[in-house]
Amino acid sequence: MTEKLHEFVESLKIANPEWVGDVKDALGEVTVTVPREHIFAACEFLRDSLGFDLLADLCGCDRGPEDDPRFEVNYHLFSTTHHKRLRLKVLLSEDDPQVESVTPLWKSADWHERETFDLVGVIFENHPDLRRILLPSDFDGHALRKDYPLRGYEPYSMN
Amino acid sequence: MTSAVETIAADFDAIDEPLETQMTLSMGPQHPSTHGVLRLDLRLDGELVVKAIPDIGYLHTGMEKLFEYKKYQQGIVITDRMDYLNPLGNNLVYVMAAEKLLQIEIPERAQVVRVLMCELQRIASHMVWLGTHCLDIGAMSVFFYCFRQREKILNLIEAASGGRMTPSYFRIGGLMMDLPAGFDRRVRQFLEDFPEGMQTFDTLVTGNRIWQSRTKDIGYISKEDAISWGLTGPCLRASGVDLDLRRDNPYTGYETYDFDIPVETGGDVWARFMVRMRELEESYKIVRQALDRLKPGPIKADAPKVVLPDRDDMRKHMDSLIHHFLIVAEGFNVPPGEVYFPIEASKGELGVYMKSNGGPKPERVHFRGPSFVNLAALPVMSEGEMVADVVAIIGSLDIVLGEIDR
Repeated sequence: MTEKLHEFVESLKIANPEWVGDVKDALGEVTVTVPREHIFAACEFLRDSLGFDLLADLCGCDRGPEDDPRFEVNYHLFSTTHHKRLRLKVLLSEDDPQVESVTPLWKSADWHERETFDLVGVIFENHPDLRRILLPSDFDGHALRKDYPLRGYEPYSMN
Repeated sequence: MTSAVETIAADFDAIDEPLETQMTLSMGPQHPSTHGVLRLDLRLDGELVVKAIPDIGYLHTGMEKLFEYKKYQQGIVITDRMDYLNPLGNNLVYVMAAEKLLQIEIPERAQVVRVLMCELQRIASHMVWLGTHCLDIGAMSVFFYCFRQREKILNLIEAASGGRMTPSYFRIGGLMMDLPAGFDRRVRQFLEDFPEGMQTFDTLVTGNRIWQSRTKDIGYISKEDAISWGLTGPCLRASGVDLDLRRDNPYTGYETYDFDIPVETGGDVWARFMVRMRELEESYKIVRQALDRLKPGPIKADAPKVVLPDRDDMRKHMDSLIHHFLIVAEGFNVPPGEVYFPIEASKGELGVYMKSNGGPKPERVHFRGPSFVNLAALPVMSEGEMVADVVAIIGSLDIVLGEIDR
């Protein structure tokens, strides 16, 4: 079921072996861990040469304050021609949660990246308009971090 | 001396010139045609939209955070409240992601019932879309005809699950309970009446010249733009991309059903309207096929550590009682791993990213709502259009703010 996906990963490796870190095949899905500095180039190659023209989803995840690297950003790529899905993963440390934005490649990344910034606190470099999207602009902290309490620090007032 | 006629002409020239200052109009969040609590910052030049900036988050309730504090089976009721027009689709994507992590096989009857209920729900969701879309543009009466059809489906959902808007009918490993006696007869009755309803919509809306002039060549988005903005579902198919996850990434046995995928190439409000209208007929076909396949059989997977046992078993067998106690009190452990599970919901690709670290509660649940992504493309469609057309474009996107803000 995942042979075709492994072929894509192979061509990614041939294009530049530095792009591909860890490759995981589980539950019929292939996850490629990409070093942070290469994510834009790897995405560009996947979009232009391997037909992954639609960014289905982009989401951040906090593994918890005691983990290092603490944050991960998952890119779920999809193709409207061959209908395969590939997950790219970027791992980020707590001190420097920055990764290059893929908005120039897919316009849909705009809001996904804003949401990830808002809720997890990952900073996307070169993003055209990195503002909070779901929470108010004066909100303190990032709600989806594991060390953020479920009910918040204090009752939030809209005033 | 200038004649009166010449003066009028000069006045008209002045009107055609762009205004010196642009106006900012804040549309929403209480405006009814923004379908919930959406606010649009419109930069206007006269009545032309120069820039549109959607502002969302008024309905944010932190559902993704809440999932991390709830057991897997408790999360199902949260999903009902996301896209409240398509709750069964949300239930389906959530339970199927968990089932994929647990690697449970679902019995045949449960799969057929899932398809049946999801397609009924899709018709109900499209009914709300059509009714409100027409209401926005000014056709009042269509709304009532649509809600009459939707009411019948909500009654069916209520008969099966006990809830109209929040069914939570699908459970991890199968269904909450079996369909009630006589359910297929009631669905057949609905199927008998529905074509007449469709006829009404065609007469009232599709052939209506005012409707056509309000929707044709409005809110255009090209094929390339649609893909780049990540549009899915009817909005993408209206721009000429032949993509439907029910066929291309099949789940719950959709590959065995016979249905067509309507595609339009216009990319405007009219094309999106036509795709959805034709989709209603395809859903109708699938419901009919699913009804014919409905055979008696088990509705829950054979996984005693995950699926709640029958009440009858609990009275007779001690192990069933123990399993029941453990599932309710402690939950079940899900093997570590991560999945992204997409389905074709009524509005587009509804995906869930679920990550487990082995415990009874998920580490991360992220919903990729189709409305969220489709709404992001609103500025491309509405810039250069009139203010009144923005309302038509929002209607054609079929957004639900509960899902956008989560």
